[in-house]
Formats: sequence, C-alpha cells, structure tokens
Amino acid sequence: MFSSSMIMAILPELLLLTLGLLVLIFDIIWKKKESGRNLGWLTAGGLLLILVVSAFLAKPAESALVFGGMLRYDMMGYVFKMLFIFGAMLTTLFMMDSEKLGNRGESYILLLVATIGMNLMASAADLIMLYLAIETTSIPMYILAGFLRDDKKSTEAGLKYLLFGAMASTVMLYGFSLIFGFTGTTALVAITGFSVPLALGVIVLIMVGIAFKISLAPFHFWAPDVYEGAPTPITGFLSTASKAAGFAVLMRLFIGLFPATGEFADDWTMIMAVLATVTMTVGNVVALSQTNIKRMLAYSSIAHAGYALVGVVSVAKLDAGELGVGSVTFYLIAYVMTNLAAFGIIAAFSKIAGSDEISAYAGMSRRNSGLALAMLVAFLSLTGMPPFGGFVAKVFVFAAAVKAGMIWLALVGILNSIVGVYYYLTVLKVVYLHRMEGENEEAHPIPLTRPYAIALTVLSFAILLIGVIFGPWFDIASSAAQGLF
Amino acid sequence: MTFPILSVIIFSPIVAALIILVMPAERKTEIRMTALVTAAFALILSLWVYLNYDQAAAGYQFIEKYAWMPQLGISLHLGVDGISTPLVLLTGVVMFTGVIISWGIDDRPREFFAFLFLLASGVFGVFVALDLFMLFFFYEIAVFPMYLLIAIWGWVKTREYAAMKLTLYLFIGSVIALVGALAMYFESGMGTFNMLALETANFSPEFQKIWFLPVFLGFAVLGGIWPFHNWSPDGHVAAPTAVSMFHAGVLMKLGAFAALRVGIMLLPVGAQYWSWLILAFATVNVVYGAFIAMTQTDLKYMIGFSSVSHMGLVVLGFATLTPEGMTGAGVQMFSHGVMTALFFAATGMVYDRAHTRQIPELGGMIKPLPFVGITFIIGGLVSMGMPGFSGFVAEFPIFMGVWMVKPWVAILAVISIVITAAYIMLAIRRTFFGEMPKEFEGHITPISVMDKVALTLLSGLMIGLGVFPQIMVPMVATGVENVLRLLGGA
Repeated sequence: MFSSSMIMAILPELLLLTLGLLVLIFDIIWKKKESGRNLGWLTAGGLLLILVVSAFLAKPAESALVFGGMLRYDMMGYVFKMLFIFGAMLTTLFMMDSEKLGNRGESYILLLVATIGMNLMASAADLIMLYLAIETTSIPMYILAGFLRDDKKSTEAGLKYLLFGAMASTVMLYGFSLIFGFTGTTALVAITGFSVPLALGVIVLIMVGIAFKISLAPFHFWAPDVYEGAPTPITGFLSTASKAAGFAVLMRLFIGLFPATGEFADDWTMIMAVLATVTMTVGNVVALSQTNIKRMLAYSSIAHAGYALVGVVSVAKLDAGELGVGSVTFYLIAYVMTNLAAFGIIAAFSKIAGSDEISAYAGMSRRNSGLALAMLVAFLSLTGMPPFGGFVAKVFVFAAAVKAGMIWLALVGILNSIVGVYYYLTVLKVVYLHRMEGENEEAHPIPLTRPYAIALTVLSFAILLIGVIFGPWFDIASSAAQGLF
Repeated sequence: MTFPILSVIIFSPIVAALIILVMPAERKTEIRMTALVTAAFALILSLWVYLNYDQAAAGYQFIEKYAWMPQLGISLHLGVDGISTPLVLLTGVVMFTGVIISWGIDDRPREFFAFLFLLASGVFGVFVALDLFMLFFFYEIAVFPMYLLIAIWGWVKTREYAAMKLTLYLFIGSVIALVGALAMYFESGMGTFNMLALETANFSPEFQKIWFLPVFLGFAVLGGIWPFHNWSPDGHVAAPTAVSMFHAGVLMKLGAFAALRVGIMLLPVGAQYWSWLILAFATVNVVYGAFIAMTQTDLKYMIGFSSVSHMGLVVLGFATLTPEGMTGAGVQMFSHGVMTALFFAATGMVYDRAHTRQIPELGGMIKPLPFVGITFIIGGLVSMGMPGFSGFVAEFPIFMGVWMVKPWVAILAVISIVITAAYIMLAIRRTFFGEMPKEFEGHITPISVMDKVALTLLSGLMIGLGVFPQIMVPMVATGVENVLRLLGGA
C-alpha cells in the first residue's frame, strides 16, 4: 500500500539520487577546465540542503515497516542517515582540491551513490535489501579507492579492497541463505526458531561479512593497505561513514536475530566481547610501530572499532541495551567527526608537503599554526581527552560495559586507550616540538584553500561541541534506540 | 540568582585561552598582557571567594547547579567547602605568579599561555566540582596540557621522556579511578553523579573494600604517592619554570584532593579498612623522599623529591582519619603549594642567569641576587617546619594526628624533618653563600620588578599564614568536620 510515510522514509535517498543526476548533467555542460571546483561546491551545497531538508521532513514520528517490510522507517535509520550525509558533505569539501579526484564529476557521483547505499544499510529490515544496500555502498567505494589510475598504490588499494570485499560479502551471503533455508523468511522481524548449530553458523558467517566492513581483527588486514593507497579524502570517508554504516547493520541485525530475551544473547555477547578485545589490542599495538601517518590512523581506526564494539556488547543485556545503543551511536558520531578531521588535515598537509610520513610533520606548528591546532583537537579527541568528543564517547561506551556487568572489558578498553595515548601524543610531539631540517619553517608555509579551511573549522568546532555540550547529542544518539527493541 | 562566581573562575581562563589563540602570533606583548590581566582577574575572584566564605555556616557554599546531561544524572554542580577554598586561592596565586615568571618566554608565547590557561581551568574545575563526572572531566583537562607544556617548552635534555612518562602515569591512574567511579555510579542505583547524593549511598562494605584502593591510589598517583611517584621529579625537572610551579604547586594537590573527595569521602568504610596501607605508603613517601632529596646535586631534582616527601605528609595526614591530621593535611596542601612555587620560581631565576642547576657548581648567589636568596631562605624555613612559618602550622597537627594513631610511625616520619633541614640548609649554603665561581662574574643580572612582586607575594603568604594561622586553620577544620562526619566519627 502506498502512503506518504513511504516517500518520507526514502526522502534523503531520493534527494541524493537527484543530486547525483544534477552533478552528472552539469559535468557535461560545464567546461572541463573550471568544472572541478564548481561540481564540488554543487555537491557540497546540495548535500547541505539535503541534510537540512531531511532533518526536518524525514524524521519519523513512530517506527514502521515500509515497502513490504524491506525498510524500517525509524529513529535509528534517521540518526545514521544524517550522519552519513554530513560525512559525505565534509568529504566532498576535502575532495575538491585533491588532485585528479576533485576535478572529475565521476568521483562525486560515486560518493553520492555510496551514501545512498549507506542510508539503505542503516534502515534495511530484510536480508535481501540489506545485501543490496551493502553492495550499493561497496562497489562505488572499490572504484573510489582505486581512483588514481596512475598511482600504483591506489590501484592496488582498489583491487585489494574489491577482492577482500567480494570474499567477505560472499561468506555473509552464505549466512543469509542458511537463515532463509531453515526459517523460510528473509524479513528480520519474522526470523525465529534457531537451533544451536544453526545459530552458531549464522553468527559466524554473518560476522565475517560485518567484521570486514568495520575492520575488526582478524578481518582487518585489508584496512592499512587500502587506507594508505586510497586518495586521502576517500580514506577518511571509508574509515568513518562506511564503518558507522557497518555498526548500524550490526546492531540492527543482532538485536533482530538474537534479542536479549532469546537464548543466544549470551553467546554472541561473548563473541563480540572477545572480538572487541582482540581488535582493540591488535589495532593499538600495531599502530605503535607505524611510521606512515595514514597507516597509523588505519590501525587506530581498527582500535576505535574495538572501542565501539565494547558498547555493542552491552546491547544484548536487558537493562543495559538502551545505554548500549545510545553509547555506540554517540561514539560513532564523535568518531566520524574526529577521524574525518584527521584525514582532512592529512590531505591538506600532504598536498603541500608531498609526504605521509610522520617525520614529515616536523615543524608543522610553525608552518601553519591553525592547521596544527586542528590536528591537536582531532588527535586529542582520538586519544580520549576532554574537552573533546572522544572523551565523553569513551566514557559512555565503558559505562555501558560496566552497566552490563563486564567490568573486565572496560578495563581492557582502558588499558588500550593508554597505549593510544602514546602514539597519538608522539605525532603531536613531532608537530609541535620537532623542527624541519634547516629550521626555516617560515619559508615553507602550508596555505589552506577555502574548502579545507571551512571543513576543518566546522569539524573542530563540532568535536569541541560534542565534547562539552554532550547532553543534547546524547539525546540524539540514544533516540536511535527508540522502538528498536 | 546570585553572581555565578565559581563558574566565572573556571571558565575565564578558557575564554582567555581562546582569545589568545586568535590573536596574531607576533603581538607578543599584547598576548602577555592579556594573560596577566586574566590571571589577576582569577586571583581577585578566588581571593573574594576565600574572604567571603562563611566559616560559621561551613558546608558547601557558592553552590551552582546546572543540568548538563539529565539522562545520566550529570550536572555542572559547583561549590566549595573549607578544604577546597584555600586550594582555589592557591591556584589563583600560582596562576598569577606563574604568568609573571613566564614573561620571558619567547618561543610561541601564544600557545604557551593558551595551554597554561586550559590547565588552570581544569585545576579550578576539579577543586570546585561536586559532580563526579565533571570532576573527571576537569581532571583530564588538567592533565594533558602538561604534556605539551613540558614537551615543547621544557628542558631540552629530558623533556620528551619526562613529558610522556608523566602523561602515561597520570592517565593510567585517572582512568583506573574512572572505572571505580562508574562502578559507584551503577552500584548506587541512584542514576546520578552528584557526589553529595553519592555520599549517602551507603555502599556495602565489600564494595567499598574492593574499590577504595583503585580509586584512592588512582588519584594519589598525581599526588606523588610512593611507589607511583617516579614521574614526578622527572616532570618537575623537565618542565619550564611556570609549569613546574603549577605542577608541584597545584597539580599534585589535585591528586591528593581528588583522592580525599572521591576515595575517602565516598568510600569511608574502605578508607578505614585500608588506612594502615595508605599510612605505610605515605610514611615511605615522607622518609624515602627526604633521603633521596638529600643525595641530589641538581637543585630542581632536590626540590622535586622534597615535594614527594612533603606530599607524603599530606597523604599521611589524610590516612590518620583524625581531625588534627586531616586539618594539618589541608593546610599543608596550601603551604606546600606556595612554598614549592616559590622554590621553583627562585631556582628558575638562578638557572636563567647561571645556566646550571648543579648545586656544586653554584655559589655566592646572594650578592647579585639578594632578593632571590632571601625568599629562597624563607621557603627553606617553611620546608623545615619552623615555627612562625606556614610549614609549622601544617606539619605540627599532622604529626599530632599520626601520634594519636600510631606513635612509632610519627617517630619514624619526624626523622624526615631532620633530613629536610639538612639538605635545605646545605643547598642554601652552597647556592647562595660562599665564593661565587669566576665564570659567573658579570653574567648575573638583577631580577625584574615583576619577579620581585611574584616572590614577595609568595613569601608573604607563607609568613602571614605562619604568624596568623587563624586565617586558614579554622576554615580547613570546618571542611574536615564534614569528612569526619562521613567517616562516622567525631
């Protein structure tokens, strides 16, 4: 049956599609020479408009299944959609002055299509829809990762991502087919009646697919190579929005399949807890020895997936569930802002300095003190220091773990964040303390173009805002739990 | 609605830091003036709070409460009691003198003052926070600027090592305490981080015994408690003068204060159960710190270890759980803060001119720097616990308290006074008297008027408190009464 709520449920996606078509048309109309920046402003402006319009119009009054149960129109989908659109907007700004990326209309269209896919991932309520959404996200991302055709590392990144990604989604598809074969339905709400071996098999197979998406150890091997090779703005998008989409799927899927009242809640909680421990530890320990900043941030983002997973663990506990979803969502909001900023800074810096080695950042605070300050904000937020978003976010996920009675997991998380302190501060030390060779930093300034300046200012303030006025943000984050259970 | 003085005190340094950050980097004089005006403003406000604290009424005053995150029961809940009021004043004093002492910093002063003020905001915040979450929030804000301040402006030889060591120690301590705080939050079942409410939570004795040590020691790391004191002398030495002043003068009190506020006041049964262990640790602190200080040849290391020793007295006073001991500890926090700030300021002035802090290489400094010499001697007398100076007012009750609990511990700890006297007097004689080495001739320029203002302020406070203990002791005693009420005694 058709109803107006069906339009509202996919309003952001419809608008994104329209914007994509507009970009496609103007890519042909505008002359190649000046079209790059114009297309970028068009995309970024369009995304801002979509963000505002959908924020007001697409907010669901109550949860409902739409399109024959394919999508669920609820707060969780809404919150995550806003986050993805915001992330895409900032990524567009970072892409604009990126060489061989920002002056091509295709890159913006691919980004928009990937965003549509993520939006659908966050609201899919049916296994088939879910699979389609994941592929809609992944395929453009494969292309974007390998977008720099002349760059060996970028093509390698694209290919590697494709091969790993295809493998992981195949395995996940096996999991889906097992569910359909035994229960006869693909609608999340209708799936019940697992036997023990089936449940275990399904959990393992599906987890492989999702673990790949959010780069959990031991399915993280693709991440450092892809992150290093892909164009930096794309890496930023990949490590934030794409990861957040994976978490949205993870929460929705497991709350749907194995609710806290069911018999398998404890099993998958345990699996998650172990995965979280391994992921945090691997990410942080390996990050210690990195000399390339993109690889370091890749491992750091693996570690952050682990922290967020600490919050997911508590989702399966009856009384901690809402705090769990709220804390994970809050964590992802803070993490998306922070990591986008971090990769944006790297993009802006390497554009001038031509290097991603950590040692190349020596003397950066004297070359551009504003950029160094933005880096301070982003890295301290990653470390988990107040008054930045990362601190409260970490406290909330650890609080969720303590509430769920898993104090040991919170302790593991805390030990890990101490390791994090070391490598994040080491980078800041290079930025603020070390000098360039010849100590003539003033002769090598790092000018910021307007899109970078706008994006980094917005993100720095957002990180500060989340970290200080966290009440309203937590309201938004925990509203994602409404009607989920 | 009354004037929200405490939040103004907390947030004015942050606002000033933001203003300073947007000023052009080359306007160094304007940046310094902004910093000085802000520091003076904060000092005046904290003095006003001190003078207007109603001792007869006691309890928490100047209370402000704003809902910050009602979902989890977090509020910006501020207030001061008899213990924290002197510490707020102390922070104001150290901040003001620290800015004066840092006048000569020429390498990126904009960033320096911005980070220093962020630190100051965090410190003020911890002292006045009545909400457990906010206390942690401000505590972490106070910790991380230290890393940058030491790593960027510190002593070239050890700054990178010392800054990282300090940050890791303090971070580990605080996050372990944080888990304890979260455990309290959920165990109480009240859904609030309000410490005044949590005081009435009546946690089960088992819970308190388990969590007291992590919480107390986690914070006490910052107080320099043995065996977790190792970061502190390294940090003192590596830090630039103003940061050493902040570090030893105020930050270490932050640790002791939070250990009292969260550890002892929220988990009183645990405190009683474990007090013997804390007493033992603190005694080692006092005696061992003094012995190590005696063997140092670097003036700053000597003061660093003497800080460890003196902070041990604070924890010792807390651990007695007696009115005398705790009151002494409260006064000692103020007295030691002022004294160490003075020591580091004076040492910094000597080092800036002689370019060495090795005691054997110095000598005869009293002639070119009479003012520095005299104030250093005053600091020394305070450190030795001479009557007529603030050190006596603080240390005497602590030893009384210890005597009441464990006389032999008191005897053991009193040894430290003798050792302290020995190394302080040795240091004074070798640094300021005797023959001045030839190479210093003509290099030792007199200190500026501003430096004199700072030194006068600091030494004046110590003498004032020594001669008129009434200006602080009764106030601290009212705060201690509240602690003892929670402990179930007195």
